[in-house]
This record gives sequence, C-alpha cells and structure tokens, in this order.
Amino acid sequence: MLRMTLRNLFARKVRLLMSGLAIVLGVAFLSGVLVFSNGLSETFDGIVHGSTPDGVVRAADTEEFGGGESGQSALALTPDVVDALAALPEVARADGEVNSAGLSLLASDGTLVGGTGAPTLSFNYTGSPNMEGKPTLLLKSGAWPEGTDQIVLDERAAEAGDYRLGDQVKLLAPFGTLERTATLVGTAEFNGGGTAGATLLIFSTAGAQDLFFGGKDVFNRISLTAADGVSQKQLATAAGQVLPEGFEAVTGDQVAKESQDAIGTFLDVIQTFLTVFAIIAVLVGGFIIVNTFSILVAQRTRELALLRALGAGRGQVTRSVLVEAFVLSIVTSTLAIGLGLLLARGLAALFRVVGLDIAGDALQLTSRAVITSYLVGVGVTMVAAYLPARRAGRVAPVAAMRADTAPERTSLRRRTIIGAVVIAIGAAFAVAGLQRPNALWVGIGAVLWILTAAALSPVLGRPVLVICRALFAALFGATGRLAGENALRDPRRTGATASALMIGLALVSTIGVLASSLNRSIDDEVDQQFTADLLVQSTTYLPFSTAIGDRIAGIDGIDVLSRQQYTSARYDDKGVSVTGVDPAWQRIYHLDLVRGTTAISGAQAFVGEDFAKKHDLAVGDSLDLRFQGGKTLTPTITGITKSSDVTSEVTVPLDQLSRAGVLRQDTSLSILLSPGADATAVRDEVDAAAKPAPIVGVFDKAEFADEFRGQVNQLLFMIYGLLALAIVIAVIGIVNTLGLSVIERTREVGLLRAVGMSRAKLRRMITLESVTIAVLGAVLGMALGVLIGVLLQQSLSKDLTSLGLPLGNLVTFLVVAVVVGVLAAVVPAIRAARLDVLDAIASE
Amino acid sequence: MTSTAAVAARSVDLRKVYGSGDSEVRALDGVTIDLAAGEFTAIMGPSGSGKSTLMHCLAALDTPTGGEVWVGDTALSRLRDKALTALRREEIGFVFQAFNLIPTLSARENILLPLSLSGRKPDQAWFDTVVDTVGLRDRLGHRPSEMSGGQQQRVACARALVSKPSIVFADEPTGNLDSTSGAEVLSFLRRSVDEFGQTIVMVTHDAVAASYCDRVVFLADGRLVDEIRDPDRDAILAHMTALQAAAAARREA
Repeated sequence: MLRMTLRNLFARKVRLLMSGLAIVLGVAFLSGVLVFSNGLSETFDGIVHGSTPDGVVRAADTEEFGGGESGQSALALTPDVVDALAALPEVARADGEVNSAGLSLLASDGTLVGGTGAPTLSFNYTGSPNMEGKPTLLLKSGAWPEGTDQIVLDERAAEAGDYRLGDQVKLLAPFGTLERTATLVGTAEFNGGGTAGATLLIFSTAGAQDLFFGGKDVFNRISLTAADGVSQKQLATAAGQVLPEGFEAVTGDQVAKESQDAIGTFLDVIQTFLTVFAIIAVLVGGFIIVNTFSILVAQRTRELALLRALGAGRGQVTRSVLVEAFVLSIVTSTLAIGLGLLLARGLAALFRVVGLDIAGDALQLTSRAVITSYLVGVGVTMVAAYLPARRAGRVAPVAAMRADTAPERTSLRRRTIIGAVVIAIGAAFAVAGLQRPNALWVGIGAVLWILTAAALSPVLGRPVLVICRALFAALFGATGRLAGENALRDPRRTGATASALMIGLALVSTIGVLASSLNRSIDDEVDQQFTADLLVQSTTYLPFSTAIGDRIAGIDGIDVLSRQQYTSARYDDKGVSVTGVDPAWQRIYHLDLVRGTTAISGAQAFVGEDFAKKHDLAVGDSLDLRFQGGKTLTPTITGITKSSDVTSEVTVPLDQLSRAGVLRQDTSLSILLSPGADATAVRDEVDAAAKPAPIVGVFDKAEFADEFRGQVNQLLFMIYGLLALAIVIAVIGIVNTLGLSVIERTREVGLLRAVGMSRAKLRRMITLESVTIAVLGAVLGMALGVLIGVLLQQSLSKDLTSLGLPLGNLVTFLVVAVVVGVLAAVVPAIRAARLDVLDAIASE
Repeated sequence: MTSTAAVAARSVDLRKVYGSGDSEVRALDGVTIDLAAGEFTAIMGPSGSGKSTLMHCLAALDTPTGGEVWVGDTALSRLRDKALTALRREEIGFVFQAFNLIPTLSARENILLPLSLSGRKPDQAWFDTVVDTVGLRDRLGHRPSEMSGGQQQRVACARALVSKPSIVFADEPTGNLDSTSGAEVLSFLRRSVDEFGQTIVMVTHDAVAASYCDRVVFLADGRLVDEIRDPDRDAILAHMTALQAAAAARREA
C-alpha cells in the first residue's frame, strides 16, 4: 500500500508540486520571518552585551522614563562623585560619561545622515570595559578623539557622510549653538558587532561636555567596573551609598535587560507584523491544498473504488491519501526553509536600506525556525488534505464498476444552512462590536464571515457566475457560453479556487477602506485643528534647538510665534504626556472646552477629557506630576478640553518645564502671519531659518496633511506588498485547478476539437473560465472587504471620524483580477490546445 | 437441478429499487438463487435485466433494498462497512470488464495487491501456480500500459485468484477483448474451476462465453426467469431468443 502511494506521488509529481508551491511560498515566508527576526535580536543582543559595563550610575527613574536617551534631564554628576566612587574598594574604575541622543550628523553635502530609522548616539570615549572585561568600543581606524574639536564616527556613518580622516564633520546640536564642526580622527564600532544601523558620534570627555553641558565639567552617567571578586549586585549597592540625591546605581545586567526589553518590544512588533502576513499566506496555501487534493481524489475515484472492492478498508484509503500529503509537505517544507533563508537575506537587505543594519552572519537557520516551519508546513498540509482524504475513504466500491466516474454530488443545503448560522453569529459579533463600540468584536465577526464565505462561495458565487456566463456568451458567442458553463458545472471547485483569491482581496479591500477613511479623517482633523498658518516641526520627533525659534521670531510679517515642548512625566505612578505652551499659544489655538479655560499661567494646567475621566479629575483639583530627575510640579487644573491632537494629556505653561528640570528645547513652533504679509516671502525666510537643521520641517496646512497621508500610504503600500504574496499563491491555485480540469476533460476537449473548435477558440474558452474564477474571487472578496472595512470604521469612528471608499482602488483590483485570470490560464490553455484530437478522444 | 455441493453464495428475495414514485425502477424484483461451490455460473439477460445489479449485491459491492445475501454462512445485511471490507478482502475476488489495474504498479504488484492490502504474505507456491496457469511468468515486471488487453485481463484474473477467495465475480470479463484473447481468459477461468475447485460467477451477454459455464441463469426485468445446465452455444442462443420474444410480447400486450 505504501509503495503504491509513493508510486502515485511520483506519477503525479508535477501536479502535486504545483499545489506544493502554494505551501512552499507561505512556509518560506514564515521561516524567512523567523530567521530574520532571530538575526535582528541576535544583532541587538551582541551590541547590548558588548556595550554595557558592570554597573551604571544614572538619573533615578531612568527606567520609568524610557531609558533616559532623551537627554532632557538637566541634572548632572560632578567629578567629585566620580572620584568618590573610584575610591570605593568594590570599584576598580569609575568613568564619568556624557550621553545624548539629540545631536545629528550632517553629510558633507549638508543632508541628514541616519534619518528617521535607528538613533544617533553621542557620547564621550572613556576606554571603560564592558561587563565581560573587554573594551566597549573598538577602534577601526585612526585614533580616539582628544580636545574639544575632534570626533570619531562609526564606519558606516563616515561613509554615508562622505567623510575621510581629517575632514571637518558637520553636526547639528539640539541646543546652544546650532551648527558645529569637528575633525574626524578615527572610526570605531561597538564591541559585539556592528551598530545595528545606529549612528555613533564619539567625542573626548571635554568635547562632549563642551557640546552638552556648555563646557562645565559634569557628567550625566558614570560607568562602573567592579574590582576582582565583586559581584554586580555588591558593586551597585556599594555605589548607591555615595550618590547624590536624584541618582541611582544599577547593575549592568539590569541595564542590559532594560535595553533588551525596550528593543524586544520593537522587535516583537516587526515580527508579529510579518508573522501575521506569513500566516495569511499559509492559510491561503491551505485552501489550495484542499482544492488540489479534492480534485485528485475525484479523478482517482475509480482507482480508489477498485482498492475498496479488492478489500482495502476506508482507513487504508484515507491513510494512503494522507501519506501522499505528508510526503508532499515534507518535501515542500524543506524547499521552503531553504527559500526562507534567502528571503531573510532579502528582508535584511531591505531593512539595511532603511538604516537598520543586521549582521549577515546573524541570519542563521535556528532549530526553532526549522521546527516551526516543518510543523506549520506539515500541519497545514495534513489538515487541508484530511477532508479530501476522508472523502476518498468514502468512495463506494461499486464505483469501480461504473463507466462514468463522475463523483456523486451531495446537496449544498447542509453547507448553506450551517454557513448561514455562522454568518448570523458573525453578524451578532459585528452588531455587538458596533454598539460598544469595539473593533475587536467586529474583527471576530469579520474572520467568521471570511471563513464562511470561503465555504459558501459555491452558493454565494452563483449569481456572479451566471452573470459572467451571460456576459461572455454575449461577447464571445458559443465559446463564451461554454466557458461560463464550465465554471458553473462544478460550483464547489470554482468556489474553492476563487476562495483563495477572495481571502486575499477581502483583506486588501478592508485595508483599502481603512486607509482611505484614515486619510479623510486626517484631512478633516487637520482642517479643524490646524489653525496656524505655518508649523515648524521635527520630522524625527526629537526636540530641536530653541535657536531656530529665535531666528524665526526675527522675521518680518510674522504676527504670532508660539513655542511648544513635549515631554513626559509620571502621575499616579503612570506615564503621562505633558506639553508646555507659551502664552502666544492662546492666540493661535482655540480648543473645544468641556469646562473651565485654557488660559493658564504659573502653577496651572489644563487637561484632556479622557485623562480627566481616567483619573477622576475636575477643575480646581491639583495635579502631582513627577519629572525625570525627581523634580515635581503641582499645577491646579483650570480647564478640561475635548480630545485634540494639538496637545497632550496635560498642558502646562512652558516656563514651568524648566522648573521641572527639563532642558528647554522646542518640539513644535506655530506661526500666524501678519495681515497683509507676503506669505511666500515669509515662508522663504522661515525655510531659510530652519534649513540648517534638516530634521526640522516647515509645513502649511496642505503639506502637513500630505506628510501624514504619506506615512499612511507608506504603511498601506507595505501591507499591499505583503498581501500580494497571498494573491500570488491564489493565482497558483487557479493555474493548478485549471490544469487539473483540463486533464480531467481531455475527452471533452478532444470532442470539441473534433467537431471543429479551433485551437485559438479553445484557448479563449479556458482563459474565459479562468477569468470567471478570478472575477468571482475578486467580487466576493471586495464586497466582503468593503463591508468589513465600513463596519470597522464605524466601530473606530472615535478616531476614524470619516468614512472613505477607495473606489479607484476597487476598480483597479477588479482589473487586476481579470489580468490575473488571463495570466493564470496561459499554461493550462496552451496545454489543452496542444492535445492531439485523436488521442484526446481515445483517452479513457 | 440443485446440486448437493455446498453453497458458496445465495440470495433470498433480493430486491433493489432505484428512485421513488414515478421514476421508480425495480432493478431486482425478488431474486432467490443458490450458487454452488466449485461451479462456474453465468448470469445472462437483456440490457437492463438487472444482471449487473445482482452481481454487485452478491459481491457485497452494493446494498440491496430488501432481501438477504449470504456469502458462505455470512448474512451481509448485518455487516458494517468494516466487516464488509474484510469479507471482500478475504472471501471475494473480482474481474472487471475494464481490467481495472493500477497503472503505476507492475503486473506482479497488481496481482499481489489484495494480499498487500490486508498485510498477508503471499503463498509463493500458489502464486507460481496461478502465474503459470495464466502464462504471465515473463510479464511480471511490466506495467499495465506495456501489456495487451488480453494480458491485462489475465493479470486481473490472477489478482482475483491469488488470495484464494471462496468466490470470484467476473463482470463481462471478455467484453473488451477480441475473440482469441477472450477464449484464453475463459479457458483459464474454466481451468481454475476444474483444477482448483474455484467458484466463479460471471455476468455476460455473450453466448460463447456462457457456453464455458456449468450453469446459465437468465434474468429479465429483475426476475430469475430460466436456467440451463451444461449448456452449449446454440441452446443458450435459443433461450435468449425466446426470452427476447417473450419480453417483446409483454411490451406489446
């Protein structure tokens, strides 16, 4: 029996490989994602461990405030603290450090290096070792920096900026003097491999102090190296005894863990995002396996019946089909894992372009990736093959005696009834989701609908098929009518084939509706809330020097200039976003109030409605905000506003932020022009003022909306690109089904040719049948996708205020579906047309 | 008329109805028959007389609407699918009109298929005997596509015999063969009855084929209408003609 199964597999290898391809693509993507994300975290792990010392002294609350890389604390450590620490018996050496993330590197042509991807890290070189006792930094060329005007870059940054040793490197400071230069004296990298795309700016201690502390001999971090036999814990405890108020000593392990957690979250997002699409691709592939095996079983009815007549049990027949599926899945999964490795390299190359450098040797096939890929590939194939295999076992032995081997058609009624019930359950979820409103519930309903629609496609699709038949009959005469009939002859098969495409297009359409709604909502929001004439904002979300605002303030034709700075604080032991606004802000922005006023000064604040509700706050209550470094503000609430994108949860007067120990920088400038001012001229001057800082952008209302829309569309195209994989798999499914149908209908094709159908007409007939399947999938998918998209928008209407229908896109999808249909038919149509008339008729 | 030998299979008041209401077709309308062990029986009758249905029911391939079928001492109506499968595997052999060989297996593998399905070891001596009887010794390694129709049908016969079933059913075994190949297959079936005591039931509409049998039963409109023993070709033809005349007369009446 096993031998026969294997022979069977071998005899049908081409057909099986075609369906196997569907699984290969899905599993390859999955294994690629696993290898890639593993490489990503290995790269980061190497850097984190290679660059962390035994112990660290830093501002208290650094962990709560997100790693302390924002450089916003004005607290500093003096050299006598470093000396005191170095004098401790537990401490082998203590090095004062100056860290900041605010500095930017400009290329020799003035453009920004690093951009919006990985961060730019600035720090002083101290020669302190990491927790493994090795140097934290490795010099690649030149020498370490000395004095206040030398700099060392990582190799990639030097190359990107087109700098050679001895060149003057252009820098952009977040505060103080805007533009800086320093002489490039060397290149370096983290011990532990690469930089993961981060840009490293390394100065001497004096140089860093000059930049970030105005030349004062202070530090914001101290790295500690333990004496022999002293554990990290002992080191941290001992160091904690001699620290001034507002600082803490922590172990290197904890710092590494915090970094890994912070990075881990980001890596998880990437991995989850990619995995979701891998799963969609695998699921769509599963549909194709179901379909292929169903067809293969139907074609072998006679043979299977013979086995039953000769005494094979149901289980034996079922098992023989499952063994075929198993062998197929092992072969395809193996191929897929190999392909996945290539794919991971492709992904890594793609991310490198965006600025995330992944070490090539970190992209290894881990046992986890291999096992997961096999489990998923084999699992999905076996599950998908189970239904056809069970049907194979149910073939009646007497079928071996019948001349015609057409399988019996059981009624679709049971399927329809069950489907209707599941659709109703999905609808209940959707209605509940709309009333709450909760998008998750709508989502559950949507998943139920998509799965049911796939099962019900033979019933749901009938009207589409009938219309196609009528249309093709009118357009192409008898050929068209035959094609329409062929698609209708076995609605289950047509439906199942179309389902793969349907799922893909349902997702694409849902995303399309959501993206289109998001764009409209952005337009509406910007329309309402963008009340300034011009907005100057950082494109990297990092704050920028107040010097830019100072320059703009001097421009003629500006009536009002308002500055805002965003920062974060702790309230009730939770993070809260805080905006500082200057008095001019009141003249530009007029928020809808729930109660009170937005006019604030001194120890006053206004808060958003959601924040007030969450913490049960009313006008007159006082807020207890704690900032990084331990300083606090206790403003009184003067007003509660409706939710708005213009402010954060809590808004305080700008001058209060410096009292809270936050370094004064700007994150946003809003400008109103004087009446009658030459808008173009003013704009040019503002552009000129902001030009030295490439991270700062100047926007008017339309540009601002465009900027947002650009981000949405970028994400949208990325999702479309990933969903394209599912579409490709669906196309393979159509090719496969058509190919098998042609083989099954060899006699009929021969007859048509014998009675005078030309090769061209035969090809056209098969192409039209393919187009019918594709259009069916597209129409069902788009209808479902639009419905789901609209429902999701309704349930998210708080944020997604307007509904937008991407009509242009939908038309494009339909056209794409027709093209897909035509392309999918190419090979099967050629094969059918090549059949020899006599052979075809004689074939059994 | 009834032999004293043991009965290999029998049916009592066997009925098979297809469809219902106006479109009801009585394929079998109360057929009671004993098939003696060690006999070569032919079932004949005009098209639509129910001879194939009778065979399918006797061979446990199809379920009757009413009545009972015994194979040996086993009543089929009480058996579930598993037991029916085992019965087909152990007790029944088949020869089909369309040969029905598995195209991907060699002649040897096709012959041994029923045994390998049940995981039994072939009896080498018996296998050799069967292969030599059908004269396929030098063809064992060939695939069905590399053999003539007659050779394929002899492989099918060998397959039916190799598991030593208590009864072999043959459905128009010569229907797809020329007269020479047909004669080879029929004399082989005859020899297996004479030499090995095999019980064979054959459905045919060919008087020449039926003349190889010990007994011919005639079916018309789902009923057993006539039978002859040790027939020759002319006697069978005469009976057929009479049957057709009677049927024509009934239709005109």
